[in-house]
Amino acid sequence: MNKIVLSTLLVSLLAACSSQEVKEQPKAPVESRMPAADTGAQTSGAQTQDVAVNPLKDPNNILSKRSVYYDFDKYDVKDEFKPMVEAHAKYLGGNKGANVAVQGNCDERGSREYNVALGHKRAESVRKIMNVLGVSDKQIETVSFGEEKPRAACHDESCWKENRRSDIVYQGE
Amino acid sequence: MMKLLRYLLLCALVLPGAVNAALTIEIVGSGANQIPVSILPFVAENSLPQNMTSVVAADLQRSGLFKLVDASSVKMPPAEPGEVSYPEWRSRGAEAIVIGAVAARSDGKLDVRFRLLDVVKQTQLAGFSYTVAPAQLRLTAHKIADVVYEKLTGDVGVFSTKIAYIVKSGKHFELQVSDADGYGAQTVLASNEPLISPAWSPDGSHLAYVSFEKQKPIVYVQSLLNGARKTVAQFKGNNSAPAWSPDGSKLAVALTKDGNTQIYTINADGSGVKRLTHSSGIDTEPNFSPDGKNIVFTSDRGGSPQVYRIPADGGDVTRLTFDGNYNVTPRYSPDGKSFVFVQRVNGASFNIAVQDMATWQVQLLTDTRKDESPTFAPNGKMILYATEIGGRGVLAAVSSDGRVKQRLTTQAGDVREPAWGPLLKNQ
Repeated sequence: MNKIVLSTLLVSLLAACSSQEVKEQPKAPVESRMPAADTGAQTSGAQTQDVAVNPLKDPNNILSKRSVYYDFDKYDVKDEFKPMVEAHAKYLGGNKGANVAVQGNCDERGSREYNVALGHKRAESVRKIMNVLGVSDKQIETVSFGEEKPRAACHDESCWKENRRSDIVYQGE
Repeated sequence: MMKLLRYLLLCALVLPGAVNAALTIEIVGSGANQIPVSILPFVAENSLPQNMTSVVAADLQRSGLFKLVDASSVKMPPAEPGEVSYPEWRSRGAEAIVIGAVAARSDGKLDVRFRLLDVVKQTQLAGFSYTVAPAQLRLTAHKIADVVYEKLTGDVGVFSTKIAYIVKSGKHFELQVSDADGYGAQTVLASNEPLISPAWSPDGSHLAYVSFEKQKPIVYVQSLLNGARKTVAQFKGNNSAPAWSPDGSKLAVALTKDGNTQIYTINADGSGVKRLTHSSGIDTEPNFSPDGKNIVFTSDRGGSPQVYRIPADGGDVTRLTFDGNYNVTPRYSPDGKSFVFVQRVNGASFNIAVQDMATWQVQLLTDTRKDESPTFAPNGKMILYATEIGGRGVLAAVSSDGRVKQRLTTQAGDVREPAWGPLLKNQ
């Protein structure tokens, strides 16, 4: 019982230290708003390492590729990315315990809110291919960051094409 | 032709919890007919911690509708109309003058009196007195500017209103509220994840906004009085684009809980979610008409993002924009007769445009490269928006006829997502 209390306290402390802490001002007390999943990531050091090469991390395996790229204001998955999405669908079919988040992103041009919606459509386009191949929605969550989390920071097409993207992120990564 | 270029360096008030980030305001262009007006020093003004007449003058100057006639040479400013030498001000070219006086009270407060005088007719146009704490002197100066603006232009002044916006510094985001002239910025929320889409409640007491702090967009409503906040929309998927109904009872939001991004209405406490639009594409960026009867929004149902309108309780959808292949972020003017939006021009730049609801005529208001998030001043005369200069986000404003332009920049960080607060009647 004490252990449970202690670990809850530890999780709270970790949450309080996290960079995702949000402060409200001027009068509200500082609150921790950490999602539980993130604290999990911080306490995973005790897990045993697999000796075998993780196919998701093996640079020679197509599963190590995670990003789908798009044209401006487009959300269809181009043919060149389909084998990669299909490989992940196959992996998820064979590993029912594995879950992914598909994160849609946009370049900085245009409306921020429209880009939130467009990023969602991009993530959905990946989900739909996986669905067709039999992956259950229980294993896939689609989210959108719109244009808010650009991977490349410059203000021309060399960065924009990098930011029009869906990422397949496995839970725990 | 008329090129007026003025730099007004404004220093933020250093208050507890205030952000010491000065906004620089640069004015380009001017109104068609500038009213020549002179703001005379107020009697005993030099003893104040805050010079008032410079604030009044800066407000009027910024609107682009006034020509300030210099009054700095006045050694003994008049306190009463009987002390005014009208012929002198007429010869200086002023059509109206403002005079006033300040007196300390025994309770620590100050009595501020002012009069707006018509120089030609030698009559009083307005006269008010205020009893205020020293900390309220700036706000009082803005209110005086509002009276002068209203009496001389016929439109309501908005100098005493507030604006909200997001400042991004590195990976740090802050939702800030300041006076309409950029002074007195206060941080309402700080986060290490993106914040977007602040929206004022009609009574100015709350802000709705979207935060990514839980790794997806969620809609919150936060009190500006005590900082308390509520989660209003946290459904599966995205929760975004909050817009208040004019009575403040509910919000329109864009949700993906049923698949595509669609528009829903939800009570301000998060209850009673109701789907409003039904399309197979994106429907987002809702905005209520001032009478609450209609909602304009962005949809790609026709193949490209365009502006549409739907009755607020559901019904037939009308497409409103046809010019070009990217028209987004519609916001009604306060009189409901037009809406401002973002138009992609020549496939390259994103600019602010306004469209008349009756004639459907479109006027392009800006010509920079990346203009977005337009928001009307509550009197409908100016439009505040976000743009980019040298790769850095700044706020800019343009008059609704396109003639007067201003830029507001901070010393550090990217400023974006402006929202102009409402007029507060009983302030």
